[in-house]
Amino acid sequence: MNPSRRTADVIVIGAGIHGASTALHLALRGLDVIVIEKDYAGRHSSGVNAGGVRQLARHVAEIPLSIASMELWERIESLVGDDCGFQAHGQVLVAETAEELGELRSRVDDLRMRGFTHEELIDATELRRLVPAVSETCPGGIVSRRDGAADPFRTTQAFRRAAARAGAIFHEGVAVTGLRRDNGVWNVETSLGTFSGPKVVNAAGAWADRIASAVGEPVPLDVIAPMLMITSRVPAFIDPVVILRSRKLSFKQFPNGTVMIGGGHLGKPRRDENVSILDWTKLKESARTVWDLFPVMRSATIVRAWAGIEARMPDDIPVIGPSRTAEGLYHQFGFSAHGFQLGPATGATMAEIVATGHTNMPIEAFDIGRFAAR
Amino acid sequence: MTEVAIGDAYDVVVIGAGPAGLASAALAAEAGASTLLVDENAGPGGQVYRAITSTPVEPRDALGSDYWLGSDLVERAQRSGARLLLGAVVWTLDPDLVVGISYRGRAQLIQARRVIIATGALERPFPIPGWTLPGVMTVGAAQTVLKASGLAPASATVIAGMGPLIWLYAAQVLRLGGRIDAILDTTPMSNYIGALRHAPGFLLSPLRAKGLSLVREVKRRVRVVKNVTALRAEGDTVLRRVVYMSGGREQSVDAATLLLHQGVVPNVNLAMAAGVKHAWDPVQLCWSPELDADGGTSVPGIAVAGDGAGIAGAFVAEERGRLAARAAIRAILPHAPLEDDQSIRNRLTRHQLGRKFIDTLFQPPRQFRIPEGETIVCRCEEVTADQIRATAALGCEGPNQMKAFLRCGMGPCQGRLCGLTVTEIIADVHGKAPADIGYYRLRPPVKPISLAELAGVQADEAATKAVVRL
Repeated sequence: MNPSRRTADVIVIGAGIHGASTALHLALRGLDVIVIEKDYAGRHSSGVNAGGVRQLARHVAEIPLSIASMELWERIESLVGDDCGFQAHGQVLVAETAEELGELRSRVDDLRMRGFTHEELIDATELRRLVPAVSETCPGGIVSRRDGAADPFRTTQAFRRAAARAGAIFHEGVAVTGLRRDNGVWNVETSLGTFSGPKVVNAAGAWADRIASAVGEPVPLDVIAPMLMITSRVPAFIDPVVILRSRKLSFKQFPNGTVMIGGGHLGKPRRDENVSILDWTKLKESARTVWDLFPVMRSATIVRAWAGIEARMPDDIPVIGPSRTAEGLYHQFGFSAHGFQLGPATGATMAEIVATGHTNMPIEAFDIGRFAAR
Repeated sequence: MTEVAIGDAYDVVVIGAGPAGLASAALAAEAGASTLLVDENAGPGGQVYRAITSTPVEPRDALGSDYWLGSDLVERAQRSGARLLLGAVVWTLDPDLVVGISYRGRAQLIQARRVIIATGALERPFPIPGWTLPGVMTVGAAQTVLKASGLAPASATVIAGMGPLIWLYAAQVLRLGGRIDAILDTTPMSNYIGALRHAPGFLLSPLRAKGLSLVREVKRRVRVVKNVTALRAEGDTVLRRVVYMSGGREQSVDAATLLLHQGVVPNVNLAMAAGVKHAWDPVQLCWSPELDADGGTSVPGIAVAGDGAGIAGAFVAEERGRLAARAAIRAILPHAPLEDDQSIRNRLTRHQLGRKFIDTLFQPPRQFRIPEGETIVCRCEEVTADQIRATAALGCEGPNQMKAFLRCGMGPCQGRLCGLTVTEIIADVHGKAPADIGYYRLRPPVKPISLAELAGVQADEAATKAVVRL
């Protein structure tokens, strides 16, 4: 495609992992795609999240999409030409009490009834084998053995590059300023002029509600800034990603020995300024929890902390699918701090919907209509 | 200073107890603002007046008369009622003016109404082949040891680079009976010509007489090699010799210690992490905060004073500190009496005379700022110039993307030792100006803090030692 083109079959707004993945899959289907990104690919939550590639502990509605995504992750290099730093050491959800383990058992039983087998209940012995550093009082947990982690910025950039190779045109540093439909064609007004096409995908992340509002489809989107910390190198002590069920704490050690500490404590986003402010009072809590539970970490230093800007929906599941008020507009946002793993398959699914009008992937739960004023 | 709780709220928090910090904290406290002056060193004074309350150096003249001017500043700050907190590391400052301080193994958060950043300067990176060898250090670091402990080099020592500090340090070493075998001056001849048009200001400046007499004092006793155009440090496990080019000829000099220095640049990490807007200074070749006439930044409530606002020396730093304090006082205590600021501004103008001449004369040449080949750029993660060039050529547009590929700038120094070099190399590869390339987005903590400190656990000995102080 000529890079100076102003028209395309599809205009994608946002070059996070979702916008870039959708652009890739649309281009692979032979459609002309222009992507408009106000910063650069992976600038916000897609590039600075914890990198968890997780089927574990997902909302039931997300599981089919997550499983489809996992299949793409397992051949990510053939899809995007980069291994994205993906390593499948599993993810483990730790129960700290017998009561918690009981709840986990109920969850695994429920998933089995629905036909999902990726989550596996483990006892204290297996837990200790997988995560030797965990406290001896923990009675067990759940493991999802095919899960793992990847490098989020590298992944998002890889999707962006693969999409560009497949023919998609990226305009980075270009902000959308308006959106209207005239005679069956969307005109996307930007800081670089107007781009036009019959279809638009709204993958604008924490800014997606503004796109939706512009076409008369307001959504209750909460802007959040999940915080992460990274430590200095410590001796290798943990392979899988570890999540503590009741403590807002997750843990991952990189091959170079540094450890990422996350878990969902929120900073203060300032989305109009493109920044977020950390809440150190909560990070102190995380540090205290790590101190208590992982003695091996006690000599570590914190070298960096940050928070990406992300969209959260009131029901903690995303919006995926066609607009209910505007023809030719499709939504793909609101992943509520767990959208990274879903990127590959959601892009494929969205491309299928845009190109063909339907998909067999069950996405009804993600319909934007659920927020329509009643 | 008394041992009471630090408290969790102050009208004014001043970070850094060098000339700017001392002057601003004194003024703010004298006007009645509750003021906290924090510094990570054991004593006040900053770099220029380092160890002024404790230096063992005898005779006093060895350090030069300007050094002792710091005593008045310290005494006034101590009398002012400002709380002086030494040995305390500021590890975060955010746009809500929350200051994170680590003191005696505990991390705590302090809410300020106004913050004055007076964190001064740091030495410009000097990436030459072999600069990571044991035995190679900076002139600034060596001077720290000299002031604090009275130690001057006793074994074969070579100084290489440019700038006023080289001559001051060399003179101090010689007065204390220390050893300097050679000074390899990297000032390009073309800089003298470029600086000439700024000579009128310099001629009027008191810096001229002081500078020339220092150079004469050193040249009488040390071999000075002019117009050095290439440098490398050689040795197996430690430094053995310094190889250099001068007049088109490669020569070498044996040395146990090589002290490098090519000027100082604003220490911007804390201000950048707080979200303060910075711009590239095309003369000083570094990032400086965008400031109003009183040092106010793009972040409401945060001011920058001293060399952190742009390199201008101790006397200018002091006056900038006063201007920043006055702005803070006006905002917090609108009825506090303030004298006219004309005398401050007059002194500011006088002390800035000759600055352009010095900046132009001591602008480091390209080959010592923008290295090639296997020369290490990022010391923490051992990333070479070639790796950065290759990654930039692949399409990597800026330092933040570079972090994702090479991890450069992600080590404990947070880019202090490589940031400028990385920006300039990427700019070089893409044929752009450094201003268009940008700098690392800095993440707090600006200085690493131990998990124990952050957790608020009473740190044991081991945990205390684990704290990395930079």
